[in-house]
Amino acid sequence: MNPESPVQPPARHGLMRDLRRLLVYSGKRLLALFLTVLVGVYLTIVVANMGGEVDELRMVQIRSEAAEMVRANPDFQDMPSEERNRLIQRQVELEVERLRLDEPFMLRSIDYLRQAISLDLGRAEQMHSDRGSREVYDIIVERLPATLLLFGTANLLVFFVSVFMALSLSRHYGSLLDRCVIALAPSSAAPGWFYGIFLILLFAFVFPLLPASGMVAAPPPEGTWAYTLSVLRHMLLPLAAMFVSQLFVSIYSWRTFFLIHSSEDYVEMARAKGLPVGLIERRYILRPTLAPIITSFLLMLVGLWSGAIILEQVFNWPGLGSLLFQAIGHRDTPVIIGSVVIFAYLLALTVFLLDILYALLDPRIRIEGGER
Amino acid sequence: MRRWLGGMRELRRYPSAILGMVVIALLVGLSLYTVISIPYPQALELWRGGDQWRMTPANAEPVWLDRLTGGREPTTITVSSDDADIEEQPFEGGRRLRIPLTFEYDYEGFPSEINLFLRAEGHEQRPFARLLWETPDGREISLGGYRIGREDRVSISQDRTLERRLGGMVPHVGLLAEPETQQAPQVQPGRYTLMLDAVVFDEQADIEANLVLYGRVHGIAGTDHQRRDLSVALMWGTPVALAFGLLAAVGTTVTTLIVAAVGVWYRGWIDAAIQRLTEVNMILPLLPVLVMVGTLYSTSIWLMLGVVVLLGIFSAGIKMYRAMLLPIREAPYIEAAQAYGAGNLRIVMRYLIPRILPVLIPTFVTLIPTFVFLEASLALLGLGDPVLPTWGKVLNDAQAQSALYNGYYYWVLEPAALLMLTGLGFATLGFALDRVFNPRLRSL
Repeated sequence: MNPESPVQPPARHGLMRDLRRLLVYSGKRLLALFLTVLVGVYLTIVVANMGGEVDELRMVQIRSEAAEMVRANPDFQDMPSEERNRLIQRQVELEVERLRLDEPFMLRSIDYLRQAISLDLGRAEQMHSDRGSREVYDIIVERLPATLLLFGTANLLVFFVSVFMALSLSRHYGSLLDRCVIALAPSSAAPGWFYGIFLILLFAFVFPLLPASGMVAAPPPEGTWAYTLSVLRHMLLPLAAMFVSQLFVSIYSWRTFFLIHSSEDYVEMARAKGLPVGLIERRYILRPTLAPIITSFLLMLVGLWSGAIILEQVFNWPGLGSLLFQAIGHRDTPVIIGSVVIFAYLLALTVFLLDILYALLDPRIRIEGGER
Repeated sequence: MRRWLGGMRELRRYPSAILGMVVIALLVGLSLYTVISIPYPQALELWRGGDQWRMTPANAEPVWLDRLTGGREPTTITVSSDDADIEEQPFEGGRRLRIPLTFEYDYEGFPSEINLFLRAEGHEQRPFARLLWETPDGREISLGGYRIGREDRVSISQDRTLERRLGGMVPHVGLLAEPETQQAPQVQPGRYTLMLDAVVFDEQADIEANLVLYGRVHGIAGTDHQRRDLSVALMWGTPVALAFGLLAAVGTTVTTLIVAAVGVWYRGWIDAAIQRLTEVNMILPLLPVLVMVGTLYSTSIWLMLGVVVLLGIFSAGIKMYRAMLLPIREAPYIEAAQAYGAGNLRIVMRYLIPRILPVLIPTFVTLIPTFVFLEASLALLGLGDPVLPTWGKVLNDAQAQSALYNGYYYWVLEPAALLMLTGLGFATLGFALDRVFNPRLRSL
């Protein structure tokens, strides 16, 4: 632990030193993560702008929109064409100035980056929220509940069901149920949307029991209860699709994981001592495997943020995934960058949290000034 | 080498592995057959659609599906004037032609559409034709008169006045229905004739007529809304999917492995740079980046493949390979190789990488369906390759035409079944390989 001093230092000093190391380590990690986020977000900005080429498209769009506006307005009908052209030109210039398209892209990209990193998400170019707000923040916040509701429920369900199933399967290793799960594990090769199509076909068209798409019935039912019920009915199919596509492989991998850990010598030792099964599971299997379990739990929570583009498209679910898809279709870079930057921050935060948690949970990962 | 053969022999003990291999072999066989029987340029040409599909029905389901469920829906009937007994009466400055287009109709359902294709080439003055429909029970229904151009299509099904005369029934139903029934229209089976009574103002030039009664079933795969035979896309989707999955899987795993090995061997700043790049890459979401590339640049499948491989180089797998390679780096045989003077590159390529290749194989095999489905996902979002027929594009077309809502289940189920087959084939083999080659699972 401490190669320099062979003599055991007093506990208080040791604590101070550990704290200092922890601080230095955290600082280094934070800096590294921040740089990572910076580079990742900048890359996204460049890709989302096609390295500046989107500007050309935008210019064409602005010009045609300005011309259309002037032409459609009856007030300008009997204006001489020269004056009208000047009006169009002025409109275009105003818009160019508003979007700062007259500055070189490199300069603007740095500026975008500064704004994105300071979480100043700005205003959308084309899109607006259902309430009519142009703020990227409002647009994203409006879509967030739908994504959290659907993906939160599905992922939590899959996570807990698979961990507990896996624990019980690893206890009854080789049983019929165990073999069934192993046989079903390859079914997860297909993604959720794929099962979604089958489920829609089966339960919305062949047996019309559940709605095929959307989040609530149109028009939305009056009253909280009726509304909740409608949302639940709409949630059932996408939930089932995700559950089916992820459950078996998840159980399979956790089961293998627990099996590997329950064949360790110290577990055999505990069994030989005659300790009760529950105690062995809690103290000898779950305790040392807590770190990976928490890791995957946290990463799953972060994964919620991006939603799932295709599943949301297939089920017409108004979440973040379809928001991102629409934003890309509209070339609305502020919205794209906004959702990527939040994802990046959440991921970085999670990784940082995991670093600290690992140090607390796993005594083997000792802080030795950083990399190991 | 012996380890590989041993692994293969062990693999035979798993029925799931055999099943997976059979499925993969079938798919490979189908791709080979497709590539040989429908050459690449021809496939693109066929899939572009247009006039070459004018003789096939739109949205027809596969024949076997109908016959299995006990239906007797019609297939497409084409009657050509080449086989007809043409009656010819010459007169001053021209001829009068009577062309009977006769066919037997003996199906339960009505055709989905009726078209008459007329060709009159080399005429100075456009010939004139009157059409007369004769039913088996002797009724005669006039379908009006037409001046025939060089190449004409008479859409009998679209004739609104005829529809009114038939009592509000669409012509392709009304013309073949039993007369004066109050209930739903019934087919009157028997011999029908479309008499083409034409006046030609020329001594030699002929008229060519083709009557097409489009069926409701077609071929083994059915057709889509553009009358294209789905079997073209389903067959060509196989080599495309396999090639995409295989290339993407090879591209990502091999490059990732090499990068990880290089990092482990050289250590220092190279390793640090690789680690940081991996972390940056974790922040970039793969699918949105692909969607951006697709909407902003091009949706060519090869560009997509390139981006997938590029983003896959610094994937999370590097961390895993790194953990596996770190202990190997310190192994005595590496030291021995160094002692006899092996270069850095040689050690990385010949000593480090081969050691963990067996562990890699299961991952590699299970990765293939992921990429096959990725291609389908992109196509489903409308970002499929613009010219290439793929399974995903069939699904996308079906989705866009609300196939499920309209009851064209085959349109969704056929590509889905092929995707599922591919996914299951590779996944079952991959899981079995994992149990054989993964040392951690061996003892279990």
